[in-house]
Amino acid sequence: MAVSWVRCLVVVLLISFPALAANQAPSAAGEQVIKVTAKRFEYSPSVITVKVNTPVVLEFTSLDRTHGFAVPDLKLEAEIKSGETTRVRFVPDKVGKFAFHCNIFCGSGHEDMSGEIVVTN
Amino acid sequence: MDFNSHNRREFLQLLGTGVGGVVFASGLGQLSGCATTRSKTQTAEDFYFVQLSDTHWGFKGPPNPEADMTLKNTVERVNALERQPDFIVFTGDLTHTTDDADVRRKRMAEFKQIVDGLKVKPVRFMAGEHDASLDAGKAYQEFFGELHYSFDHKGVHFVVIDNVSDPSASIGEAQLGWLRSDLQKLDAQQPIVVLTHRPLFGLYPQWDWTTKDGDAAIAVLQNYQNVTVFYGHIHQEHHFKTGQIEHHSAKSLIFPLPAPGSQPKRAPVPWDPANPNKGLGFRGIDAQAGRAYQLSEFSIGKA
Repeated sequence: MAVSWVRCLVVVLLISFPALAANQAPSAAGEQVIKVTAKRFEYSPSVITVKVNTPVVLEFTSLDRTHGFAVPDLKLEAEIKSGETTRVRFVPDKVGKFAFHCNIFCGSGHEDMSGEIVVTN
Repeated sequence: MDFNSHNRREFLQLLGTGVGGVVFASGLGQLSGCATTRSKTQTAEDFYFVQLSDTHWGFKGPPNPEADMTLKNTVERVNALERQPDFIVFTGDLTHTTDDADVRRKRMAEFKQIVDGLKVKPVRFMAGEHDASLDAGKAYQEFFGELHYSFDHKGVHFVVIDNVSDPSASIGEAQLGWLRSDLQKLDAQQPIVVLTHRPLFGLYPQWDWTTKDGDAAIAVLQNYQNVTVFYGHIHQEHHFKTGQIEHHSAKSLIFPLPAPGSQPKRAPVPWDPANPNKGLGFRGIDAQAGRAYQLSEFSIGKA
């Protein structure tokens, strides 16, 4: 339950204050920090594996233009601007596979820009 | 709420068991049809219009090797309809996107030249993300005019909502303010038809089949008792209700997409050389005086 509360809080912050998705706070000890690049029309890595109940920081950089990052099933959303590092923090509280995609139209091939978060035990 | 679980069959069942309407399948080229639930007392005069969607002029690729002919064939099919419409609407993605601004304008000019062959006028346009998301609708407006607007036809108020010129699929507060103002003058029983590209509701956000602030538009529309939304984007028929508002998506005129969530990725349905127009089509909408809307789905070509 406590973990769910933490995740909910993170989600609310991301939705209400998008700038917090790109905050400059350094990663805290114990967090899983994963660097992800975005460019038309792919993420690298496109499969992101994390451990359940362990805080995660996704550090996004764009190699070309503004992209989006949306995981509807985890209620995560962020805007990835070129020239900035966008950090998305969350605590996965359930094991499974969760699709993500670019939700800011970026050209012919935008519909293929997607990936998957795999949450393991 | 699981929007995806409500497919067309369920919607038709809803019509049959709850709020009235008829289902029919007859006539030249008609594949199927359904009646919606608009009030029986609101439309002063019977009329008929045609919805075309997602033509993606300029697209080249295996999902439709005949892409350079599909739109032209459609114009011929519409011109040959036994019952000619009062007007025609295109619900977005007129052209396929390109990074090259000159090519974008060339495609729009070619598209416009082809659809000028439609016998019926007027033709009402709206943008899809392929037309407008990369340049905030600049080229689109040069060729087709305003991104959002309204008009009236025989007792029905039509509203065109732009949910694509912002690449993040937002309508935006400015346009929502315009929508409130545009509708404010109307009686709550006034029949309203909304034309837009993306679904206003969260049809399947996992494939980005939604509008970021679509709930805000729906909240405005919920103040009116006779609202029907016709949209495109998902390249297939889909029928759903949010409150009393009906939402009907149209087939594409370039390639079909799979049912929402039916496969991991929203990749086009593969081309079938034995049945090249399978899954493509357009819609006739009969706004009958004193009756419900009746939707007729038309195939194209020799399918």
